[in-house]
Amino acid sequence: MPEARGLRFEHVAISLGRARLIALDCTIGPGEVLTVMGPSGSGKSTLLAAITGTLDPVFAMTGRIRLDGRDLMRLPTEARRIGILFQDEYLFPHLSVGANLAFGLKPEVRGRAARRARIEAALAEVGLAGFAGRDPATLSGGQRARVALQRMLLAEPRALLLDEAFSKLDTGLRAQVRELVFDTARRRALPVLQVTHDHSDAAAAGGEVVVLG
Amino acid sequence: MRAAVSPIAPSRPARRAHLLPWAPLLTLAVMLGPVLAGLLGTLAPALGHMPALGGTGVSLAPFEQLFAWPGLPRAVALSLGVGFAATALSLALVTLICAGWAGTRTFGMIERLLSPLLSVPHAAAAFGLAFLIAPSGWIARALSPWASGWAQPPDLLILQDPAGLSLVFGLVTKEVPFLLLMTLAALTQVRPGQSLRVAQALGYARVSGWLKVIFPMIYRQIRLPVCAVLAFSMSVVDVAIILGPNTPPTLAVQVVRWMSDPDLTLRFQAAAGAVLQLGLVLLGLGLWRLMELAVARLGRLWIASGARGRRRGEQALRGGALVLGALAALAVIAGLAGQVVWSLAGLWQFPDFWPDAVTLRNWQRHGPRLSGPVTETLVIAGAATALALLLTLASLEAQHRHGLRPATRALWLLYLPLIVPQVAFLMGFQTLSIATGVDGGRAAVILAHLVFVLPYVFLSLSDPWRAWDGRQDTIARALGAGPDRVLWAVRLPMLLRPLLIAAAVGFAVSVGQYLPTLLVGAGRVATLTTEAVALAAGGDRRAIGVYALAQTAAAFAPFALAVLLPRVLWRNRKGMRDA
Repeated sequence: MPEARGLRFEHVAISLGRARLIALDCTIGPGEVLTVMGPSGSGKSTLLAAITGTLDPVFAMTGRIRLDGRDLMRLPTEARRIGILFQDEYLFPHLSVGANLAFGLKPEVRGRAARRARIEAALAEVGLAGFAGRDPATLSGGQRARVALQRMLLAEPRALLLDEAFSKLDTGLRAQVRELVFDTARRRALPVLQVTHDHSDAAAAGGEVVVLG
Repeated sequence: MRAAVSPIAPSRPARRAHLLPWAPLLTLAVMLGPVLAGLLGTLAPALGHMPALGGTGVSLAPFEQLFAWPGLPRAVALSLGVGFAATALSLALVTLICAGWAGTRTFGMIERLLSPLLSVPHAAAAFGLAFLIAPSGWIARALSPWASGWAQPPDLLILQDPAGLSLVFGLVTKEVPFLLLMTLAALTQVRPGQSLRVAQALGYARVSGWLKVIFPMIYRQIRLPVCAVLAFSMSVVDVAIILGPNTPPTLAVQVVRWMSDPDLTLRFQAAAGAVLQLGLVLLGLGLWRLMELAVARLGRLWIASGARGRRRGEQALRGGALVLGALAALAVIAGLAGQVVWSLAGLWQFPDFWPDAVTLRNWQRHGPRLSGPVTETLVIAGAATALALLLTLASLEAQHRHGLRPATRALWLLYLPLIVPQVAFLMGFQTLSIATGVDGGRAAVILAHLVFVLPYVFLSLSDPWRAWDGRQDTIARALGAGPDRVLWAVRLPMLLRPLLIAAAVGFAVSVGQYLPTLLVGAGRVATLTTEAVALAAGGDRRAIGVYALAQTAAAFAPFALAVLLPRVLWRNRKGMRDA
């Protein structure tokens, strides 16, 4: 069933009391990007919470979200295999850069040497070779963004969510990080859903744009 | 399309799922069960029912005997007077210090002094004050003979004065840091900076602006702590034994005397007194509420008047508040210093400011005898703190995982053990523990301590716990970590500092407990606190110095650890420094 691949929203509707915030019925195919735009309070983050399974119980949701054919609604967050990047990187401040990546690397990669090699390779891939022992608080904004991306990719997600992921970076860095993220997603055939209020993010993504609110 | 409705809450791993949701309820039961059962256990003998002592049926005889005690009116008046004076003074001082200094560099210094001052146990602080203000104390020595002309300690009743003034002063030195801490917590939520700037832009002087704009918001949040201070000050026992009047003492002290009397028939009278103490506290809380209403009405009139406040008067008020606050802090610090000197003193005659010789003899004599009480203190405090942390974490995690939201009314329940006077339910708790066979043992004392440790641990941990950014949770879960792994590998390490602080607070609370140890332990569980207070009557300052210092050290050491340990563990983690 080739049409089952990707992130699929089946008659998804989210409401708060009587007010309907979001209605969505579409599929994001592998390597495609859907950009959701809208002012703050329009329910962009609510949509992401519904996908990750962290929706506040005050919201009511109907419909179904599927990822590569699997129904996500019955799965806890950790079993959904959805990667997410926020505006802040949320690198765990008590862990070194390497330990942050190890937190993401799935346990099936066994043996200390093998795990360390995977982490070293992931760092080298984004030009951060030798950074494993560093304190995340000592990294620059661009370095933190790249570590966060690699940490997420090591968990081998099947879809990628971007919650205003680039809005804290200044213009030059922003284009660079954005390109890295979208290229990686395309190469790995990950469906991407980004919410943003910035038109340049939408333009860089190049996919379909939905405007809320 | 009802069929399309899908449950959002994903199914959780079933292993612990059926136990964890009960944690908040279990916590409440552990905390309130002894209070409620103890109250009933006190009420029964107060009404003449205590089969073990031959009392059956209902009779008012215990109350008749209580009312026949000639000291009662004075003891009741003392309890009320001391409670109101200590609470009103502490609150006024804290309010003026915040109104005059919040947000300044001086205030930062006050904040840093807070934790050490809070960790000094009540009994140790009271002894320290006694060492200072007694007729043969440090203050009299400093003034003698050159200023006072005293060659002998003057025959003045400064300590244990009949009006309870030294008791009030002793309570204020300990309640000001507590209320200040609570006010600081409220201030971080209210974010007063902007409101105060708006008021100042409208021409209000600093203190007037703060009192009119910030105080009403703050007071709403510190009402429960203020009630706890009032109830505590009205019914405190250990501080009142050390600093309070003797003939008659406050009601709570008299009740404890009757309870410890070899004449067991006095137990009925004691129970009646404990019930009266509860009634007094309730009456006190009612009166305080009336005062709140009156002050609120006056305050509204004052706000409506638009008075901006005079700068010069305000400067005096600010300065005065700071001086009084410093005096309260100094009394505790100098008191501790006095204990250090007394514990090392050889011969030390009256008008001399320093002892003739410094010696380790006092420590050599009392030191070996300390080891028993020290071990007992550490075991009890360690166990009570560990249980309290476990229950608190389980409750908070259950709220997090199962989306339980505590009602605002739940906060009242948390404060209940701090508001119900200890004598009123500990006596019943003791009777019940005799009946259930856990009487007089360490286990019963640990359970009794848990009643008081739990609220403090919960209060100090719940704010940082809830302030933790939930997106850390989302990120970790999205990386494939289950709720248990998120808790152990992310949330708890990130919250290490508040966890250790909460543990230190709980430990210090347990170390300082006098009455629960004495009553529930049936006098057979000897901690540093019970030993130190027992020395009060003897007046051997060298022994008191040794025991009170050991008590302070036991309460303070965990605080020092809680500050140092994260610094060592996270020395290479810049992001954890102010977390």
